[in-house]
Amino acid sequence: MQGNFITTKLNAMLGWARKFSLFHYPYVTACCGMEYMSTACAHFDIDRFGAGWTRFSPRQSDLLLVVGTISQKQAPILRIVYDQMTEPKWVIAFGACAVSGGIYDNYAVVQGVDQVIPVDVYIPGCPPRPEMVLDGLLKLQEKIQQQKQDWRWQKRQP
Amino acid sequence: MAEKTTLEALKQKFPEYVVETSAPFGDETLIIRKEALLEIAAFLRKPPFDFQMLLDLTCVDHPGRSDRFEMVYHLFSLASNRRLRIKLSLPEQAAVVGSLVRFWKNANWLEREVFDMFGVRFEGHPDLRRLFMNDAFEGHPLRKDYPLRKRQPLIPLRK
Repeated sequence: MQGNFITTKLNAMLGWARKFSLFHYPYVTACCGMEYMSTACAHFDIDRFGAGWTRFSPRQSDLLLVVGTISQKQAPILRIVYDQMTEPKWVIAFGACAVSGGIYDNYAVVQGVDQVIPVDVYIPGCPPRPEMVLDGLLKLQEKIQQQKQDWRWQKRQP
Repeated sequence: MAEKTTLEALKQKFPEYVVETSAPFGDETLIIRKEALLEIAAFLRKPPFDFQMLLDLTCVDHPGRSDRFEMVYHLFSLASNRRLRIKLSLPEQAAVVGSLVRFWKNANWLEREVFDMFGVRFEGHPDLRRLFMNDAFEGHPLRKDYPLRKRQPLIPLRK
C-alpha cells in the first residue's frame, strides 16, 4: 500500500482544489482593464496560478474581478452579476477606483465596490502593476485555503 | 467676406446684439445678448460664413454673478478654416435659451448634457431629457452649489 494513497482533511482538500481552479469573470469598466489584460495574457500569465479560465458568464465563474470605476448607474448591474454567481464565490477589487472610488470623489461614482458587494481582496494602484495583481491573487488563494469550506452535503445551520 | 474677420462682419451686421468682441490668442470670441442667439446662428450657418460644425456647446456656472450661467458655443467653418466662440449669459431665474438643434444636429445631445448638468433649458429642443444621470436624480450636479459629497445611489448601499 505504500505510496498509493495520501491522507488529508476534506476541508484542506477542497481549499486546495478551489484555490487552483478559479474561473474569473472580468467586470471591466475602465483603464485598469489594460493591466488586467496584461496580467491575463502571456507575459504575466495568470494561468500559472490556476486562474486562466476567463468565463464571460457570471453563472460559470467563482471569482469576480471588479476592474475599474463603478458609477452609481453601474452599481445595480454589478449587484445583479454578483447575485448570479454560484457559491462559493470571491471578489477582488482591482485598482484604486474599485477599492475606494479613487480620485473620483463626486456625485457619480460609488466610493468603493464594498458598498455594493462584499470584497475579499483589495488591490490598490492606479492602475496596479500586473505583479501586484498576481500578489493579490496569491493572497486570495491563501485566504481560500485557510477558510472554512462550504460544500454540498454539509449540514447547514438553520 | 474674405478679408474681414468674422467679428467685424458680425459687429456690422448685428450692432445691437453684440455686447463685446475680443480675440485672445487669435481665438475670435463674441459675447452676445441671449435673445440674439438663433438669429446669429442662422446667419453664421449659411454661406458666406458657412460654419458647418458645432464643435462644442457647454455652460459655465459663475455663482457670484447676477447672470449666473454662461453658455459657450464653439463653431468651426470647414470652408474658410475659421473658428468662432460665442458666449452669452443667462440669469438663474430664467435659465432658458433657444435650441440650436435646427441648425446643428449634434446640439441635441450637447444641450441635453447641459440641461442635465446645469439645469439650463432649451426652447425648441425636440427631446429635452437628462443625458447622463438617471431620471430619478435630483438637482444638477455640475452647479457649484451642488454638495460635493452628496450621493444618490440607485440601490441601498451596504455601508
